Formats: sequence, C-alpha cells, structure tokens
Amino acid sequence: MAVTTLSQPAARPRRRRLKRYTKRDRAALTLMGGVPLLLSLAFVWLPALATVALSFFNWTGIGGFSDMKPAGVNNYRIIFSIYPEFPPAIEHNLLWLVVFFVIPAPFGLFLAHQLNKQLRGSRVYQSILFLPVVLSLALVGFMTELVFSPTQGLVNNLTGHAGQHNLIDWLGDPSLNIWAVLIMACWRQTGYVMILFLAGLKSVDPSLQEAASLDGANEWQSFRHVVWPALRPINIVVVVVTVIESLRAFDIVYIINQGTNGLELLSTLITANIIGETSRIGFGSALATILLAISLAFVLPYVYTTFRKDTRS
Amino acid sequence: MTAATVTGSPTAADAAASAPGRRRRRLRPARAFLHAFLIATCVVWIAPVLYALYTSLRPYADTAKDGYVSVGGHYNLGNYTNAWNEADLPLYFKNSAIITIPALLITLWLASMVAFVVARHSFKFNLLMLMIFTAGNLLPQQAIITPLYKLYITIPLPSWLSDSGHLDDSFFGLILIHVAFQTGFCVFVLSNFMRTVPNEITEAARVDGASEWRQYRQVVLPLCRPALAALATLEFTWIYNDFFWATVLMQTGSNRPITAALNNLTGQFFTDNNLIAAASMIVAIPTLVVFFALQKQFVSGLTLGANKG
Repeated sequence: MAVTTLSQPAARPRRRRLKRYTKRDRAALTLMGGVPLLLSLAFVWLPALATVALSFFNWTGIGGFSDMKPAGVNNYRIIFSIYPEFPPAIEHNLLWLVVFFVIPAPFGLFLAHQLNKQLRGSRVYQSILFLPVVLSLALVGFMTELVFSPTQGLVNNLTGHAGQHNLIDWLGDPSLNIWAVLIMACWRQTGYVMILFLAGLKSVDPSLQEAASLDGANEWQSFRHVVWPALRPINIVVVVVTVIESLRAFDIVYIINQGTNGLELLSTLITANIIGETSRIGFGSALATILLAISLAFVLPYVYTTFRKDTRS
Repeated sequence: MTAATVTGSPTAADAAASAPGRRRRRLRPARAFLHAFLIATCVVWIAPVLYALYTSLRPYADTAKDGYVSVGGHYNLGNYTNAWNEADLPLYFKNSAIITIPALLITLWLASMVAFVVARHSFKFNLLMLMIFTAGNLLPQQAIITPLYKLYITIPLPSWLSDSGHLDDSFFGLILIHVAFQTGFCVFVLSNFMRTVPNEITEAARVDGASEWRQYRQVVLPLCRPALAALATLEFTWIYNDFFWATVLMQTGSNRPITAALNNLTGQFFTDNNLIAAASMIVAIPTLVVFFALQKQFVSGLTLGANKG
C-alpha cells in the first residue's frame, strides 16, 4: 500500500496524506501517541474525574468499595457551613492570588522592562533575581524559617526584636505567619515572572520604541502604547502561571506547620484528609473538587484559546 | 507629582527639538538611579541565601552567644559534616537519583513521541491530544491526589518493584506519577519546537522509504537536541524539587527523595538553625549547579513553553 501511494504523482498531496501510512507505521504512531495518552488519562484525568464522583460519597477509605455510602451534597454542605478550616483556607488562597497579582507580577514586569534596556551588568542582575526560581519551594520553606524564626531569624535579629520582651513571633502568630510566607513566596515568584516577561520583551521590536521616543513619547507612553500591547500573549501566560501557582501553594506552609494555625490552604486541607489519622476520602474529594473547579475555570479557556489560535495559523 | 510634570510632556518636546547631547546628559542621572535601585533590589534578593550560607558556616555555640547577626567566632564546615553524617544525606541523594533520572528520561522519551505524532501529522484528534496533555499538567496536584492515593494503594506491584506490594510507597510509583504529570508540559514545548522543523526534511526521508519510527528516531529527534537539553534541565530541577508527591505517596521515610526527606529532619535538628541552614545548602547543590552551569538551558526551557502563549 505504501508503495502504491508513494509512487503516485505528487499532484494531490491532500489525498495522499490520508492514505500514506503502512500498517506498521500506523501501529507505531498509535503506540507512540497512545501509551503516553493512556498514562495521562489513567493517572491524571481519571483521578480528576474520580475526585468529582467521590465527593458525593462518604468513604473512610479503609475498607473496599462496599464501604462507600452515597452522601449527596452533604460533604459540600458541611464544608460551606460548619467546617471551621474552610473559610480561612479560601481566604488564604485568595490572599495568595491577590498578592501574587499585586506584587510579583507588576514588579517582575518592571524589572524585566528595566533589564531589557542596554544596561551594563544586566546579566548579573538577572541572575541574582532569578536565583530563587531554581530552589525548591520546600527549600523556600526552610529559608522562611531561617529568615523569620523568632529568636534565630534574620529579620528579628536585624530589627532588634529577637529578645524575649519584644519578640515578634512571625511563624507562630496566626495573623502574621501568612505574611511571612507570602513575602518568601513573592521572593521566588518575582524572578519567575521576570524571566517570562524578559522572553516576551525580546519579541518587541526595539526600533518601534526608538521611533516612539523620537516622536516625543516619554518612557511611560512608549511602554504603554508600544511595549504593553506587544506583550499580550505573554500576559496571558503570566496570568495562568500566577493563578496556578497560587492554587498549588503547599510546600512552604507544609514545611512550617503543615498548614494549620493561620496557614490553612485548600491544598493542605485536602492532604490532611487523606494522610491524617482519619482518612475521609469523600470529604477530601469535595474539597479537591472545589480546587479543581477553580483551576479548570482558568486552565480550560487558556488551553482552548491557545490551541484554537494554533490551528488557524 | 511635581517630578512627573517636570519630566513629562515639556521635556519630551524639548528633547525632541533640541540637540541630542542634552538628552544624553539628562539621562545619565536616571541611569545611575536605576543602577542604584537594581543593586539594592539584588542585595535584598540574595540576602536570604547569603544569610543561610553564613549561618551554616558558624557553630551553634557561637551564634547562641553572639547572636545570629554578628561577626566573629569560628567559621568551619562542622555543620556540613554533621548534617551529612547524622541526617543520612547520602542515602537521600541516592533516592533522589533513583527517582529523578529515570523519570526525566522516560518523560522526555514519551513526550517526544507524542509531540512527533501531533506536530508532524495532521490527525483530527491532535488538537484534543494537545489539550489533554497541556491541561493535565496545569492542574494542581492536590486536586487529583485523593483518588490517586486510593488508586496507588490498590494497584498491586510485584515485590521486587515495591516493598509494600503496591504502587504506593514505591520508587516505581513516584517515577510513574512524575512521568504522567510532566509529560504534558514537555509535549507542549516539543510539539511547538517540532513544528519549526521544515516539512521537506521528513518528506525526503519518507521518499527514501523511512518508516515513521525512523523518521522520528533518526530525523526529527536529533534536530530537537536544543529543546531536549532545555527541557532536561528544567524537568531535572522540577522533579528533583518535588515535595508533594513524595510526601504523600512515599510513606517510608528512608525511601524519600532528599527534598521531601529534609522535612523529617527538622524534628531531629530542632531549634538548631545552623544545622538546618547547612542541610539546606547541601540539598540546594544540584539546583545551584543548574543555576551556575545550565541557567541558559533552564531559562530557554521556561520560555520555550511561555513564548507560544
């Protein structure tokens, strides 16, 4: 079959394309695409669907499937009415999101814009600001302890608050610790955003900016009207990264106190419900479904528009 | 407010009208200010790392006596040798290697095959495949962990692969979830990259009778070396840095990779920040190698993914 299709004149490439595969080729392509697809479906998408399904059951998870009891929306009712950790968790996730949008995103853009100028030492600045990005979030958790530890930490020792009489308990005070964590989270996120924007800025034609400044535009005007519009694609990426990173937030607070006492997050509540002493699969799944719904609300439109644009071009 | 009006429209009009020499003179203080600002920012940015490094070099007794922000006393590697020996760090480094290296290689291999299928052919389901892989990689891990955990303690494994007899608590299980999760990002990046390979190249191979597998293996894959190097750097860092999967899916403490194992050790090192600092620096070494030697690859891996927004 391959021989006949290959020996045909190349006059109608469209038709040839549909027919050109031999059995072996077809088998190879099926395996090449199919095996990874099955892995992704089995270990990412099946659990994602199961999360939603399980959220309507009560299940301790110790026994087999026979222990599953239909619960309707009861898990959700408990979460929204009497589960004391839920309001702070949602609040902290939202705070995380807002802070990530207000501080690392614009600051990362600002730094990227400055470093994109012909600046001596730009590489060195970039490297230093980028350093936290290669460190693991768990390690950032340890750094948070080093920097904000009440008696041994950098901040209290620098400001003279390490003594017993005027100790600031950055990590233990439930109204303060989220801020200590967020400062360190921003420390890492800013470099990440900066790198993304720097890549985006490389695609802005520098002669456009020159032309704008020759026309009398000041720096802000040329940024606002020349650079910013060209950054649209990268802005979308930054928005998605910011949302996803703030929903995924876990490691730092887990290192500090496993996400309790002022550091509750959706992710730590979910984890506590499966690896805690009492495993509550249904209840944990209901929490996870909420997290899943919020993230899919951002992820699906992003992925859809990205690839639709892709096929049109 | 006043500064804005001074440097606002009148100056812009002035500058455009008058000699370029004046412009340059005006800009110089701005540049100096910018450098001062960037230097200050960088000092703040590197301070936590330098503080950790500095603390790790001082014995606990000295910092307890003089305080943490002080100069003097002894400087040595005592905390490093203590952390290395008492905390069994070599064992955890070995665990990290057992997990990270196979996971990285399999991820790149599988992703490059998927990318070849979707980027070099025009099947109807390609778009859906890309969406499934990319969206899967963007889900928060915690959103799928509950059923995944159940799945892991249900699926049996032969005992030579897993001490627990299940996917759960095994190196194999951890490698598997890294592969399943990370393939998505690599498919996205590699398919974008493979699309830039001119069609004529595979067309020529096809005319010479090369099978699809040979076109993938001997034509397209070698051309993807830069993208694969960038992704390898990035994925190495991400998999090595993983904390969540290892914390939940690996219960046996002595089998955890080093990033997750460090958490067990804090109890052991209680209130000895010097030792924690030293352990942190040791754990950071592989990623610092990436930072110093492979920064270019790491950044290009990140931006290859981002630029195609």
